[in-house]
Amino acid sequence: MTLYIDNKPYDVKAGKNLLETCLTLGFDLPYFCWHPSLGSVGACRQCAVKMYRDEDDKKGRLIMSCMEPVANNQRISIQDAEAREFREHVIEWLMTNHPHDCAVCDEGGSCHLQDMTVMTGHAYRRFNFKKRTHKNQYLGPFINHEMNRCIQCYRCVRFYKDYAGGKDLDVFASRSNVYFGRHEDGVLESEFSGNLTEVCPTGVFTDKTLKQHYTRKWDLTTAPSVCQHCSLGCNIIAGERYGELRSITSRYNGAVNGYFICDRGRFGYEFVNAPGRIRKAVCDTEVVRKEEVTERMKHLIGSSKVIGIGSPRASVQSNFALKMLVGKNNFYHGVSDNEHDLANLVIKILHEGPAPTLSMKEVELADAVFILGEDLTNTAPMMALAVRQSVRRQPMEQLAHINIPAWHDGAVRELVQEQKGPLFIASVHTTKLDDVATETFHSSPDEIARLGFAVAHLLDDDSPEEASLSPEESKLAQKIASILSMAKRPVIISGASCETDHVLEAAANIAWALHRKNQQAGIVLTLPECNSLGLAMMGGHRLEAAFNAVLNGHADTAIIMENDLYRHGKKSIVDEFLKVCKNIIVLDHSPNPTTEKANILIPSGTFAESDGTLVNNEGRIQRFFQVYEATENIQESWRWLLGLGTALGVDEMSHWKSFEDITQAIAKEEPFLKNIDKVSPPAGFRINGQRVPRETHRFSGRTAMLANINVSEPKPPVDSDSPLSYTMEGFRGLPPSSMIPFFWAPGWNSVQSINKYQQEVGGPLRDGDPGIRCFEPVQTSKIQYFKSDPAIFESQEDHLLIVPLHHIFGSEELSARSPAVGERCPAPYVMVNTADSADLKIHENEELSFEVGGQPYQLPVKVSSEMPRGMAGLPYGLPGLPFVELPAWGILNKEMKWMKQQ
Amino acid sequence: MFSIIRSMWITFMHMFHKRETVQYPEQKNKLTTRWRGRIVLTRDPDMGERCVGCYLCAAACPVDCISLQATEDEHGRRYPEFFRINFSRCIFCGYCEEACPTYAIQLIPDFEMGEYDRQNLVYEKKDLLIDGQGKYPGYNYYKVAGLAIGGKDKGEAQNEDPPVDVRSLLP
Repeated sequence: MTLYIDNKPYDVKAGKNLLETCLTLGFDLPYFCWHPSLGSVGACRQCAVKMYRDEDDKKGRLIMSCMEPVANNQRISIQDAEAREFREHVIEWLMTNHPHDCAVCDEGGSCHLQDMTVMTGHAYRRFNFKKRTHKNQYLGPFINHEMNRCIQCYRCVRFYKDYAGGKDLDVFASRSNVYFGRHEDGVLESEFSGNLTEVCPTGVFTDKTLKQHYTRKWDLTTAPSVCQHCSLGCNIIAGERYGELRSITSRYNGAVNGYFICDRGRFGYEFVNAPGRIRKAVCDTEVVRKEEVTERMKHLIGSSKVIGIGSPRASVQSNFALKMLVGKNNFYHGVSDNEHDLANLVIKILHEGPAPTLSMKEVELADAVFILGEDLTNTAPMMALAVRQSVRRQPMEQLAHINIPAWHDGAVRELVQEQKGPLFIASVHTTKLDDVATETFHSSPDEIARLGFAVAHLLDDDSPEEASLSPEESKLAQKIASILSMAKRPVIISGASCETDHVLEAAANIAWALHRKNQQAGIVLTLPECNSLGLAMMGGHRLEAAFNAVLNGHADTAIIMENDLYRHGKKSIVDEFLKVCKNIIVLDHSPNPTTEKANILIPSGTFAESDGTLVNNEGRIQRFFQVYEATENIQESWRWLLGLGTALGVDEMSHWKSFEDITQAIAKEEPFLKNIDKVSPPAGFRINGQRVPRETHRFSGRTAMLANINVSEPKPPVDSDSPLSYTMEGFRGLPPSSMIPFFWAPGWNSVQSINKYQQEVGGPLRDGDPGIRCFEPVQTSKIQYFKSDPAIFESQEDHLLIVPLHHIFGSEELSARSPAVGERCPAPYVMVNTADSADLKIHENEELSFEVGGQPYQLPVKVSSEMPRGMAGLPYGLPGLPFVELPAWGILNKEMKWMKQQ
Repeated sequence: MFSIIRSMWITFMHMFHKRETVQYPEQKNKLTTRWRGRIVLTRDPDMGERCVGCYLCAAACPVDCISLQATEDEHGRRYPEFFRINFSRCIFCGYCEEACPTYAIQLIPDFEMGEYDRQNLVYEKKDLLIDGQGKYPGYNYYKVAGLAIGGKDKGEAQNEDPPVDVRSLLP
């Protein structure tokens, strides 16, 4: 197709609108209400261009480019004087009520409205009348509200309600008084509210945690990073100033998180700045210097039998360095045995099975989804957002017949109305996705697995049969099976959160049975932590074996890396283990019960102070870069271990000098991770002989920020592990997609500049979306279905089956340490069914006492009619709740209740 | 020969010209108010700090010698937590003053800042902040900004309507 812009022909793609086409071609065309993920509604009238009938048409007419599909031999003009004047006037009108706030506005310097105002050339306010004002609302610990600044583009409600399914943000009043907010002050309920800060083109919604230590975008030292708070591995940009991590923003990755990230990822960063961080190496209560630590450890380790306990929240490099240091046979996974087995099962399913594992982008395009046992909004929030988009897919198929393009958001929503594509959710308790689900099924994990096996058998006779279903269940299974088999791109989603292998096996059976009929069918499995899969890929023993090794005297020294054992093992056993262990060497960045027991405590770097690689739930290997050089004694875990390995003369480690060497050794040693060294360019990579700067060209205060300590500026640190530099100097063009430290283009200071980094607007980044997937589906005609027989759930007297309930805020260890996220963490509780609570004669908020696996609990009760009978939900991983392996039977302690009544 | 005598004569005659040399420091030159010397931070007419910590001066500074951190009081008024200028780097270009949206940072006609120790040329907020409005009297940024601060709620700034009642149905 040929499009003439200002009389120059361009080759363009059909099916797009003029605005995205112009932006893809590199033109600067202002816009507000349009967003690549939200589509066009033509509300702001800002993207006007002139369109001409043909070559001879000299007059033309003004059109909104976001509402006009491209057509062959179309002629438009962006530079036409009338169009430019129109755009300038639109801004001028928008600005009549915009306050004189830029100096005190957190958006300033990364503001789309500022950029667009400069782009159109509007400079002076000619409107002499008074400005409209609004009262602000309290919107919770994450988002700051400043309603005066609003330009009524409606992006916030379109994202919050239409895209993310939120219910408590809306638009009120009329004409120039329209108000975007809640019906009353209160915490924004959506788990994706943080994206309002990026979606809002101006400063109405801004990051409240950034406000606590405000820094302009241009002053941040930023590096591409990967979110550490769940297994999805969303890409983020982490920004530092004055030695403190200051903000997290989303880093576009077309295949992974797209434009958005969840609130846990955006606001969970402050544990990095916590005053109680471990910053100094301590040997038996004595603070020692960096050089001395290795010497002491060498002394300790040289004469003892050492085991190493890795971590699912440490990078592949750190885990690998530990494995090499202690030897393959002495390397243990620091996760509970159940999680260890589940992670291995996930690898087995993804590696040996025929169904491909899908990215979030592919889930968005699915037209039928079946979720088994996962509360996605709380375990893998961004996946829930992707599923929410997928339910629109099937109703949108009718668009093709009536000639409405998919980007025409207003028309599409008018047509689709409340129609939803198929989404089936089998979960223990209600999930936030239930409102868009076709059908939900709440029961015990084993029952969910049995439903899954039944569906798989209906899809493929080779899959084992599941006979003992109730009539309603078999009807549901039949419905699910028939809809899944009719879908073009069905997706099965499951994960480790209900900690039952049968559920994963059932999900695999369904996906494989579907895949036999339909090559498009895929599977998505989520995992507990950011590097669970990477750790499992490395091989290693169970945690229980580590405990036994020490308790039986096979080892006396343990190196525990970035791992709080009390989160993965029962308190009594961990206590015993740490007591018997002669030397406990702990590397960690934040204090926890395990670090308190350490003989030698070594400060390791958080993700912001480290280079490393993670493997996300789809098996995508992704690199994160150090944002700033750590102060005091903090170093990456792998660097500490490398120093130790060199000092001890470990053969494999003695020739490693840098991050690069470890990565290459991993590529050689670990079959799953053979491409890990290709994920990002090597440390020696230069563009025109230059590094890629972490700082913008406007970065300020270079010669003053440390002048209070010494007026002579220190030499900036040199990064030996990556091609990024810690300075403003370096290559200013587009860096390789895996190492984009910030999005900026001339005239585009806000995040909207992403369109300059994409091949086409909303598409992949210029040299491909970063990350390399390490699973390729196996082409096989003979599928080895799982044959297992989950037990039928029967409630027992004086017992409740305790199942884990996940919380987006609280279940994850590190984010829960951040003050803002901590404010949203629920207090520990136990959830029981309404009828069960009546039987137990216990009311809401009264304390229930019970025992699980020898671990006593006494917790306030939450009553829910959706909790299946005979079961109880216990929040997973909340601070203050001791670990227990779930699901397990809890024995009710009636005596305790009786004593309480006294 | 003649030219040598002529040159000597001209030089000799200079003894009777008006002196151009100023006997500094006993005798001081009058400098205009727009003279770009020492940098100060000024206060608004209500004696509140004018600086709102917007970072524009720091961004404009060609030698990057200004460094600050913005913070807020309990009523939402912004001010710099610290404000540091490294005068050993400053080139007195005046870009910071030009960039300042609140007339807070100003260059004044004082240049007597010599120090024996370079470290003493690092000025902190206590060295920079003066108790006056400097060259631009009368301007009060928060009176024209839309942000609510202590003592000025929404709709109370100059040229502002009272806050919209969202629940009103009146046109």
